[in-house]
Amino acid sequence: MKTDAAFRSGHSQDMAACAASIAMKHVPLLTVTLAIIIFWYAMCIPMNAVLTAPKIVAAGGGFANTLIFSWSEGRPVLPSPHQVFREIWNTVFAVEPWAIKSLVYHLWITLSSTLVGFLMGGLLGTALAIGIVHVASLEKSLMPWVIASQTIPILAIAPMLIVVLGKTGLPDIFTKASISTYLCFFPVTIGMVKGLRSPDVMQQDLMRTYNASSVQTLWKLRLPASLPFLFASLKVSVAISLTGAIVAELPTGAVAGIGARLLNGSYYGNTLQIWAALFVAAFAAAMLVLLLSALEKYSLKRMGTKA
Amino acid sequence: MAAKVISAQNLGLIFQTADGAVEALSEITLDVNEGEFVSLIGPSGCGKTTLLRAIANLENPTSGRLTVNGLSAEAARLARAYGYVFQAPALLPWRDVNDNVRLPLEIMGFDDMAGRVSRNLALVNLAGFEKKYPWQLSGGMQQRVSIARALAFDPKLLLMDEPFGALDEIVRDRLNQQLLELWGSTKKTIVFVTHSIPEAVFLSTKIVVMSPRPGRIIDVIEVDLASQRKLEIRETPAFLKIAHRVRQGLKAGHSYED
Ligand SMILES: Nc1ncnc2c1ncn2[C@@H]1O[C@H](COP(=O)(O)OP(=O)(O)OP(=O)(O)O)[C@@H](O)[C@H]1O
Ligand SMILES: [Mg+2]
Repeated sequence: MKTDAAFRSGHSQDMAACAASIAMKHVPLLTVTLAIIIFWYAMCIPMNAVLTAPKIVAAGGGFANTLIFSWSEGRPVLPSPHQVFREIWNTVFAVEPWAIKSLVYHLWITLSSTLVGFLMGGLLGTALAIGIVHVASLEKSLMPWVIASQTIPILAIAPMLIVVLGKTGLPDIFTKASISTYLCFFPVTIGMVKGLRSPDVMQQDLMRTYNASSVQTLWKLRLPASLPFLFASLKVSVAISLTGAIVAELPTGAVAGIGARLLNGSYYGNTLQIWAALFVAAFAAAMLVLLLSALEKYSLKRMGTKA
Repeated sequence: MAAKVISAQNLGLIFQTADGAVEALSEITLDVNEGEFVSLIGPSGCGKTTLLRAIANLENPTSGRLTVNGLSAEAARLARAYGYVFQAPALLPWRDVNDNVRLPLEIMGFDDMAGRVSRNLALVNLAGFEKKYPWQLSGGMQQRVSIARALAFDPKLLLMDEPFGALDEIVRDRLNQQLLELWGSTKKTIVFVTHSIPEAVFLSTKIVVMSPRPGRIIDVIEVDLASQRKLEIRETPAFLKIAHRVRQGLKAGHSYED
C-alpha cells in the first residue's frame, strides 16, 4: 500500500518535471508569439481609427470604449486576433466540410492542385538534374534556361500559362498545377544536381573498379547520396507549390480554393475572410513542411544515418 | 615458372597541371608474377598511388607499355580482374556492413551473395557485425570491411593503397598478420603500397623501392624469408638485413633529390 503510494507520487513528480521541461523548451517561441499578439492588438487601434473614431466618441470616449470598438469592428481594416480566430472557427469547424462556406473545402481544392504540381515539379526537377549530371552538353544548354525561367515573375507568366494550357484540353487540375510545377522544379533541379555530384572521387573510382554501368552508379551511389539534398529541396518546393496553387486561382477568377477566397474577400472588402484564408493556408504549408521533415527523418534513419 | 600478372615496361605518366607538367612516373619497368606479394615503398609523392591507379586503369600512362593478365589495363578493368582497397575505407554510409560487402556482388550480378558476404566477413574477423553501419565501427574495422568488400567477388589480383596507413601500430600488426594468413590461404597476387619498412619486409615476397621527382624505381628486393611468418621474425638478423637494404635505397633516393 505504502510503496504503491510512493510509486504513484514519484510517478507524478516525473510527469510534472517532464511537462516543465517541455514548457521550458518552448519559452522562447511562446514569448515571441505573445509579443506578436500584443503588437497586433495594439495596431488594431490606429489602423481601425478611421472607422471607429465616430463610434467611440458617440459612446462617450474613454480607454475601455476605444478597445471595445477597435477590436470588434464588423469590417475592420485590421481585424483583431480573436476575430480572425472566430472566423476560422466558424468556417473550419462550425460548418460541414464540403459546404461552400467551409475553408476545409477550399483548402482541399487548393491542396490537391498543390500536391499534383509538387509531384510533377519534383519529378521534372529530378529528371532534369539526372540529365544535367550525365550529359555534359545538357548542363551548358539547359542550365541557363532553368535559371532564366525563375527570373520571370510568376504573376506575369501565370495568366499566359493557364490560358494556353487551358486550350489543350488537359484536365483543369493539371492546368492549375502547372504553376506549382513551374515554381517547384527549380529548387529540386539545383539541389539534385548538387546531390548527385556529392559522392567523392574515391566512391566514384570504386564504382569504376567494378565496371559499374552509369545506371548502376546512379541507383547505388548517386541517388542514395543525394537524398538529404532532395529533402532540403522538397521542403522549399512544397511551400512555394502552395503559393503557386493560390496564384493559379487568381487569373481564372476561380470560385473555389484559397485563392478564390482571397479574391472574393478583397472584392467585397471582407478582411476577416482574407485573414482567415491566409492563416489556414499558412498552417497548411507548415504542416506540409513538417510532414516532409518527418519523412526525411524516417528515411534517413532507415538509411542508417548517425542520429 | 609462374604466370605474369602485371607487366610494365618503361611506363611514364605526366600530369598536366595548371602550373606545369608533373612527371609522376618515369621509366617504370616491373613484373609481378602470380601469387607474389609485392610492396611499393617510397617517400610521399614518389608516385606509388599513381602506379597502382595506372595498373587499375584509374589513370592513363602517357608512355610505355602496361599489361594486366596479358590484357590492356582497360580491358582488365572491364573484365573485373582486380579488387582495389583505397587509402580510406570508402564505405557507403547508408549501407550497413553486410550491404557494403554486397555492393560489388550486386553490381556484378552474383548468385549466393549471402554466402560470399558471410565467408569474407569471417575472413577479416568481422562475423557478427553485419548490421552495423560504418559510423558505428572503428577505423580498423572499417578498413577490414573494405578488404572484405574487395575480396567478395574473389578477384585473383588485389591492389591495396596504404590500407593500414591511418591505424596505430598494434592494430596494424594484427591486421598485417591477418593479411599474410589470408594471402597464404587464398594464393592471391597482391600489390601493396606502404610507407613502413617493417610492414613491407614482413609482408612481401618482393619490395619495390621508389623515389620522387620524377617517380621511379631505384631498387627491387627479393625477400627470401619463410612464407609462414610470425611477428617475432622482425627481430631476426635476416629480417633486419633486408630492412637495412630498403632503408639504404630510400636514403639514396633522397640524397639524389637534394
Ligand atoms: N591527379 C593529379 N593531378 C596532378 N598531379 C598529381 C595527381 N595525382 C598525383 N599527382 C602528383 O603526382 C606525384 C605522385 O603522386 P602520388 O599520389 O602517386 O604519390 P604517393 O607516392 O602515393 O604519395 P603518398 O605516399 O603521399 O600517398 C605527386 O607529385 C603528386 O603531386
Ligand atoms: Mg598515395
